[in-house]
Amino acid sequence: MAELNVDLVAADRKVWSGAAREVSAPSVDGQVGILAGHAPLLAVLRPGTVKVSTAHETAVEAHVTGGFVSVDGNLVTIVVDEVTELSGREPALR
Amino acid sequence: MAGGAQRIYKQRIKSTQSLKKMFRAQELIAASRIGKARARTAAAAPYERAITRAVSAVATHSSTKHPLTSERHDTDRVAVLVIASDRGMAGAYSASIIREAERLVAQLKNEGKQVDLYATGRRAVSYYGYRGRQLAGQWSYGSDSPDSDVAGEIADTLLGAFLAPVDEGGVSELHVVYTQFVNMVTQRPRVVRMLPLEVVEGVAVPGESDTFPLYDFEPSPESVLDALLPRYVRSRIFSFMLDAAASELAARQRAMHTATDNAEDLIRTYTRLANQARQADITQEISEIVSGADALAAS
Repeated sequence: MAELNVDLVAADRKVWSGAAREVSAPSVDGQVGILAGHAPLLAVLRPGTVKVSTAHETAVEAHVTGGFVSVDGNLVTIVVDEVTELSGREPALR
Repeated sequence: MAGGAQRIYKQRIKSTQSLKKMFRAQELIAASRIGKARARTAAAAPYERAITRAVSAVATHSSTKHPLTSERHDTDRVAVLVIASDRGMAGAYSASIIREAERLVAQLKNEGKQVDLYATGRRAVSYYGYRGRQLAGQWSYGSDSPDSDVAGEIADTLLGAFLAPVDEGGVSELHVVYTQFVNMVTQRPRVVRMLPLEVVEGVAVPGESDTFPLYDFEPSPESVLDALLPRYVRSRIFSFMLDAAASELAARQRAMHTATDNAEDLIRTYTRLANQARQADITQEISEIVSGADALAAS
């Protein structure tokens, strides 16, 4: 199954990056779920929780204060102003 | 009389030695912080790249006009943001950035524009304060380690000025003067016209394909642009500040290194002079004793 390449970046650092199965992000119009093969998308985010289900059946959750997400092919870039809480970070990734 | 000159030289040597210690410490501090500053620049790069890419994607796919990208012709006020340092001890760093800013201001005035000055860093603030020049805005943060909150605050103020109506002090352009970090030995003052935005520069994004895919915009291209552009400005200003911080530290390290060398030279010179003075004293004493003995022997 195709995987998503996810970059989660905050204003002053890269928060998380890696392969994922599914990304769920709080867009202003409602939660959007992104799987591999999603149509190109640029969506504005509202404060909420970004959830990344990684390829290894673990999940990374980050509370964000706003930003946007761009989907281009299988490359997902989540650009956020600030990450207030991060859980489930895999130790191998910085 | 004897020992007077010696004592003075000893004092000078001592004070130069303690100065040298201070210079040395400042040099080491600057050197250790440069690495950190450059790491922060590198850490902020992915964000800037992502935003630039998104902005150019929107710009190529929709002909949406945005206030931040359109020229204003209703006012001849322009804003200039000067990014300087909080502290001196960095050689010509502050002087050259202020000189560059003054040149820009003179040029803008020649074009018949009114200049609103915004300054960051105590050096620039006190320079303009001393000359009685009105500053439209000023910030003093740790200029050698800026954080993104301050950058956001500065960007919001300037965006506010750019979007404000004429009678509330709206400006038609924003220029930023900062020091570009080229490498450890070269830092260059640089002027950038920040607003109105020219997104054209970002369109040539290096990528596997030349064309951007057709994006779905959620909720709409306008509101995506609304959310993107201020963030873009914020991240640019933050990266200018980080660049300026790295430049400041590099300039300080170099200046302090030179100062340490100069102190060593001075110490060497004074040591020679002190030795000379000691020799002179001894010679004088000997000749006094000898002549005294001669006088006694003669009598």
